[in-house]
Amino acid sequence: MTVTDAPTTPTSPSRPASPSPAPRRTRRPRRGLGARAVVYVLLTGAVVVTLVPFVWMYLGSVKTQQELLRRPPTWWPETFTWENFTAWFGRLDIATYFVNSVVVALFTVLGTLLFCSMVGYALAKLEFAGKRIVFALVLVTLMVPGVVTFVPLFVVVSKLGLVSTYAALILPFLAGPLGVFLMRQFIQEIPDALLEAARIDGASEVRIFAGIIMPLCGPALATLAILTFLGSWNNFLWPLVVAQSEDMYTLPVALSLYSVGQNSTSYGVLLAGSVLVITPVLLLFVALQRYFTQGIAVTGIK
Amino acid sequence: MTVLTRARPTGTAHRPGGPGLAARRRRRTTVVAYAFALPFLLSFAIFMVFPLLSSFVMSFTDFRSTDIPNPLAVGFVGVEQFTALFQNPQFVRALLNTVYFVVVGIPLTMICGLALAIALNNGITRFRTAFRVGFYAPVVTSIVAVAVVWRFILQPDGLLNVVLGWVGIQGPDWLNDPRWAMPAMILLAVWRNMGTLMIIFLAGLQSVPTDVLEAAQVDGAGAWKRFTRITLPLLRPTMLLGGVLLSVGFLQFFEEPFVMTKGGPLDSTLSISYFTYNQFGFGNYGTASAASYVLFVAIALLSLVQFRTFRQKG
Repeated sequence: MTVTDAPTTPTSPSRPASPSPAPRRTRRPRRGLGARAVVYVLLTGAVVVTLVPFVWMYLGSVKTQQELLRRPPTWWPETFTWENFTAWFGRLDIATYFVNSVVVALFTVLGTLLFCSMVGYALAKLEFAGKRIVFALVLVTLMVPGVVTFVPLFVVVSKLGLVSTYAALILPFLAGPLGVFLMRQFIQEIPDALLEAARIDGASEVRIFAGIIMPLCGPALATLAILTFLGSWNNFLWPLVVAQSEDMYTLPVALSLYSVGQNSTSYGVLLAGSVLVITPVLLLFVALQRYFTQGIAVTGIK
Repeated sequence: MTVLTRARPTGTAHRPGGPGLAARRRRRTTVVAYAFALPFLLSFAIFMVFPLLSSFVMSFTDFRSTDIPNPLAVGFVGVEQFTALFQNPQFVRALLNTVYFVVVGIPLTMICGLALAIALNNGITRFRTAFRVGFYAPVVTSIVAVAVVWRFILQPDGLLNVVLGWVGIQGPDWLNDPRWAMPAMILLAVWRNMGTLMIIFLAGLQSVPTDVLEAAQVDGAGAWKRFTRITLPLLRPTMLLGGVLLSVGFLQFFEEPFVMTKGGPLDSTLSISYFTYNQFGFGNYGTASAASYVLFVAIALLSLVQFRTFRQKG
């Protein structure tokens, strides 16, 4: 937008200061020590409240059933026990659910990264008939909720004979419009001159894509990988619908079905199950937190 | 730069043998481009466009699970599914519940997210990352898993009511009281989603120019006035984005009631998604499709309303 403004309206005198990013760095008006202390106290209180459910979950997962039923509830476990976890590893086949969740997430991420960057490259840097239509379709479906498509999707999947297979759990998520949008926006920022130079040197489009585009897409790929992984790991409605045999359950499906069945009062086992579902993601988040929040900002701002 | 690229095609066209060459080149690029787009286009067509369209068509049929072997033989019933839906008290209840959840939940989440973002952006200089991680942690977790934990916290003599008891409040039996089950869902949703809004608002606040705020301060505008007259109006696009993101998620809430209340008590937490899922479970695919399209239209409408409200004026 500034590009069109700049040559035609060079008149406004107050303008020149704003484009430079420097003023943003200037210090905000200093606040009193008291005011800042209040903000710190409030924020600390809020963050403690926010995290209490997690602490409660971890503490509860190692309490005995008798202690969990005690009123008023105890905070720190009086008797420490692993029995809630051993239930998952013995009676309940957590290893299978875990493997299912990992396999589904892994292939969904890999497939999404490949498909979305390929089509993102075509949309950003190649001219072809129908390009606008494809991109418009992507934008339109950006907001389509899963609940709108799952019924016919189930019909398609059962027609293909894929009910209760990994394919059914993975394939529908490789066509994520958000990923296409993200990759297209990112690749568009890569200077054309770089590609032209390679083309003049006789590089094929595949070569340009694999050798120039992909290596430059690191940050976008990281963001997309994390968003896709989260979506897949926490996905619920579709796996609930399509994983109809127990050996295909993902972790959330197994946990939810266990929680609404006759075991709905096995609190310890349920809390241990939540621990097993949440902990891997929480660890990943703490390790890579910058990329997580960046992802939101990137998808948001662009 | 634009002049250069625009000139090039005509330049090649005037060269001897140019038009044919250019056309051939363009055709080649198209082939290459489609090769790149093909894997996506295929899965997009099969798993997104086709279901989206057939969901629409199905909502005008009496499609049942028994029709799967022969989907083309279903009978068209016009808008009967939709009229039946709106005469079905359970669906109307689900619709109202969803509206309740959205209308109360989204503003609450936005206010919490905005408050956190402002505190983190202006009030403090240290531990910013630690706070951000803390507030954002619920966002990354599985709703099913946290709903299991919250079901436990929300018991009549559970953690929440014990804490409320400290300040002399006798908390209700949250999940078994038709009046309180939905507020409990909203509480969980606000807790889980405020981190997203915090991050979005933090990014938005970065784009509010400090010099304008300082100029206003010099002119004697107080903190509140600066906030309502400068910061808030400049945050409109950010609010639009946050609102749209939230409404897509909030309108299709499903996991929370599935795990915590099974839609009860007395259908007080039954959402449209849950209703759709139940109809699917009964084998009424036509009804399920119609219900899901009502939801789709609701999402589109809500986004439009937000777009009009938060659109930058001028």
